[in-house]
Amino acid sequence: MIEQQQSLWSFITEQADKLLAQTLQHLGLTFISLLLAIAIGLPLGILIARRGKLAGSVLGVAGVLQTIPSIALLGFMIPLLGIGAKPAIVALLIYALLPIIRNTYTGIVGIDRHIIEAANALGMSKTQILFRVELPLAMSVILAGIRTATVINVGVATLASFIAAGGLGEFIFGGISLNNSNMILAGAIPAALLAVILDFLLSRVQKLDFRKLRKVLYLIPLLILLLGGFYLLPATYGSKLKAGFTPEFMGRQDGDLGLKSVYGLEIPTTVISDAVMYKAAYEGELDVISGYSTDGRLKAFGLTILKDDKGIFPPYYAAPIVRQASLDKFSGLEDVLNLLAGKINDSLMTDLNYRTDYLKQTPERVAKDFLIREGLYKSPRNGHAGIVRIGSKIFGEQYILAEMYRMLIKGNTEYDVSTKTGLGGTKICFDALMNDQIDFYPEYTGTGLLVLLQPDPRVAKEIAHDRNRTYSYVKTTFQKKYQIRWLKPIGFNNTYALMMRKKQSEALNVSTITALKKYIDRN
Amino acid sequence: MITLADISKNFGSTRAVNEISFTVREGETLILLGTSGCGKTTTLKMINRLIEPDSGTISINGQAISREKPEFLRRRIGYVMQNIGLFPHYTVAENIAVVPKLLKWNKEKTRERILELIEKLRLPNDCMNLFPHQLSGGQQQRVGLARALVADPAILLMDEPFGALDNVTRSGIQSEFKALEELKRKTIVMVTHDVQEAFELADRICLMDCGKIVQIGAPKDLLYKPASEFARKFLDSQRLALEFKVVTIKDIWEFLPVNILRGKVNALSATTDVWSAMEILSSTLNDKVQLFSDPETQQTKVINFQELSGAFHSYKQTRSHD
Repeated sequence: MIEQQQSLWSFITEQADKLLAQTLQHLGLTFISLLLAIAIGLPLGILIARRGKLAGSVLGVAGVLQTIPSIALLGFMIPLLGIGAKPAIVALLIYALLPIIRNTYTGIVGIDRHIIEAANALGMSKTQILFRVELPLAMSVILAGIRTATVINVGVATLASFIAAGGLGEFIFGGISLNNSNMILAGAIPAALLAVILDFLLSRVQKLDFRKLRKVLYLIPLLILLLGGFYLLPATYGSKLKAGFTPEFMGRQDGDLGLKSVYGLEIPTTVISDAVMYKAAYEGELDVISGYSTDGRLKAFGLTILKDDKGIFPPYYAAPIVRQASLDKFSGLEDVLNLLAGKINDSLMTDLNYRTDYLKQTPERVAKDFLIREGLYKSPRNGHAGIVRIGSKIFGEQYILAEMYRMLIKGNTEYDVSTKTGLGGTKICFDALMNDQIDFYPEYTGTGLLVLLQPDPRVAKEIAHDRNRTYSYVKTTFQKKYQIRWLKPIGFNNTYALMMRKKQSEALNVSTITALKKYIDRN
Repeated sequence: MITLADISKNFGSTRAVNEISFTVREGETLILLGTSGCGKTTTLKMINRLIEPDSGTISINGQAISREKPEFLRRRIGYVMQNIGLFPHYTVAENIAVVPKLLKWNKEKTRERILELIEKLRLPNDCMNLFPHQLSGGQQQRVGLARALVADPAILLMDEPFGALDNVTRSGIQSEFKALEELKRKTIVMVTHDVQEAFELADRICLMDCGKIVQIGAPKDLLYKPASEFARKFLDSQRLALEFKVVTIKDIWEFLPVNILRGKVNALSATTDVWSAMEILSSTLNDKVQLFSDPETQQTKVINFQELSGAFHSYKQTRSHD
C-alpha cells in the first residue's frame, strides 16, 4: 500500500503539468456550461413560474434530456457540432438545465402569494417585483439548484475526454485502458475533490445572509466567467492535418510514444473515444486516427490503413484466455474453444465487424451465419451440466467472438452459458477473470504482453515484433504467473493502425507512416 | 371621492360582483360588510386594479382609473391586508420605504417620514433595523399600516386589516386606529365580516350579499331601518350590543329625568354612546354620572344605571313605531 501511494505520488509529480492542465480544462468545461445553463435555465424557470401552463411541458422536456445516457448524448452531438469543446459544453449544459429550471420555478412559485399581492398593491411593476421580491426570496432555492448542477457537471465532464474535449477524464479513461491504477487515481481523486470542494463552497454561498448576498450575487457570474476562462479552446495548429487518438493509444510505447520516438511524427493531437473516433474521421473532423486493423468501420467509413513500415505496432493475435481451474472443471471445453483456431483471418474479421458496426446486424446473427458457413454450427443441446461464463470487452468484435463461443459450447457440450459482455477495457476484463467472475474471454497477444505483463522494456522490444515469440512468451508467463491458459490463436491480427480517409490518403499520396511524417514536415 | 358605476365581475361562471354602484365621500370611512364570498374583497381590489372589472367604470375624483397605469394608481392608494404581506427579506425601515423608493424620494425625506410614523403608530424606536419575523403580530400590522400611509395617500383600502390579530390586540389597535389623527382626513374603504368592527369604525356601512348591495347607510340606519329581511337578520344576533354602541346620550336625552346633583360624580359628554356610559356606571364607585348635553344649551342631567336603561328602552320603543 505504501509502495502504491508513493508511486501514485511520483506519477502525480511527474505528470503535474498535464494534471494541472486537465484540472483547469475540467473546471473550464464545468463552469462555461454552468454559466450557459444559468443563462438559459433561469429565464426559462421565471417564464414557467409566470405561465403555469408551460411548466409541465418545459420540466418534462428537461427531465427527458436529463435521462439520456451521457455517452449517447455526446454521440448525438458529433454529427451536429463535431468533436471537441462545443459538443461537450452543450451536453453538459443540457444536464445542468433541469435542476436550474426546476429550482427557479419551485423557488418562485413557493413564495407566499400574499407577499406578491402586497408588492403589486404597493405599485411595483412586474420587473421590480421580479428583482426586488421574487428573485431575492427564491435565491436560496435557486442556488441549491445551481449547486446540484455544478456537482453533476463535474461528474459528467469526465466523459468529455471521449470527444476530445479534455478534462480529467483523459487520465481516468486512459488509466482504465492502460491498466494503470495510478493514472486512474490521478484523474479520479482530483475530480472527486473538485466536486466536494465546489459543493462545499456553494453551500456556504447558499447560507449567506440575504443582505450580504445582494452584493455577492454580482460576483458570482464574474467568478463563473473567470473559472470558465480556464478552458482555452483547442488552439489552432500550423499543420492542416489533425490527429485523434484514444486515451489508451496516447500512453503506450506501441502507440503515440512509439510514433514520436521511432518515426519522429509530430502531429497536433486530441484525445478522443474509440466510439466516436471513426465517425469524426469520416466527417473530416479528424484526418489521422488510431484505429484497429480489423475494425468494421474501416470499411464502413472508407478509411485506409497507413503501413507501419518501421514495425512499431506489435502483433495482436486474438486467442481465448481461460482460467486453468475452469479448464479442469469443464472437461472438453478446451477442444470446443479451439474449434475456432485459425478460422478467421484479418479480412474475414473486418467483414464480420462491418456487418455489426455498419449493417447493424446483431452479433448473434453474424456469429451464427459465420458458423453455419464454416460448418461448425450445431443446434443447442440445452444441457445443464454447469454454467460456463464468457466475458468480452466493450466492442463489436468481442461481442461476435463471445457469441460464437456461446453457440459452440451449447452445441457441442452439455454445459449452459452465461455471457458477461461489455466489460469496459482490458483491466476490467482481466480483473473479472482473475477474480473468478468469468471463465474466459478473448484477449490479444500484444495486449497480454504490453498491458497485462508489462515486462522490462528491453525484453518487450526484443520480442514484440515477432508474432510467434510474443505468443509463446505470454502463454508461458500467464501459465506461471496467473494459472491462465492461452489457447490457440483464432487467426486474425487486430493490431493498432494509423488510418486516414482513403480519398485523402490518395490525394496526398500518403500510404505509410513515414510518408505521413514527410508530408507533415513539408507543410 | 370614489365612484363605482355598474361594476360586475365574473370568475369563470360565478358572478362575484353583480352590477353594483356606490360612492365613497371624501374623508369618510365606508365599510364593506358581508359573509365570506359576498364579493366585498373583489369590490375592494377593483378600486386599485388588483382585479379588473368585467364591466362598469370606477373613477376617483371624476377620473376613470382604467386610464391610469395600475402601478401609478396603486402608489397613491394605501393598501392594508389581513396577511400583512411584509417582505421578509426587508427590514422594518425598508418595508416602510418601498413606496417612497418607487416615488424616488430622497433618503432624508424618507427617513424623517418613517420616524414620524414609527412614533405615531407607537412602534418601538429600535425596530427600524429588525426583520418582520422579529416583531409581534400587532407590531407587524402596524408596520403594514405604516407602509400604506407613508406616502400620505388620500385613499386607504383595507382588507380585513385586523382579522389576523387576537381579540385583545385587535381591540387595542382598533381604538388607536380610530384615534389616529392621520386617518381622519383620509377616504377609507375597509372590508370586514365582523359586524362589531364595522359598527365601531364605519361612517357608513355597505352590506353586501351574493355580489349585490343589500343596503348602504349609516350604522343607525342599518339597525333601525333595515332595507330587507336579510339586513335585519344579519344584525339580529348582536342587535342589542350594536344598539348600545350606536345610540348616544344625545339621542335619548329627552327620555332622561332631571335630577339634582349631590356630591361629586363623573362627567360625560352627550356624544358618548350608551355602551360607554353603562360601562362607567357599572365600574365606578359612584352610582350616578353627570351628563352634559351639547355645548350651546349647556344643559346637564345626573342619572343612575336604571334611569339610563329606562331612557334607552323608551327611545327604542319610539324608533320601532317610526
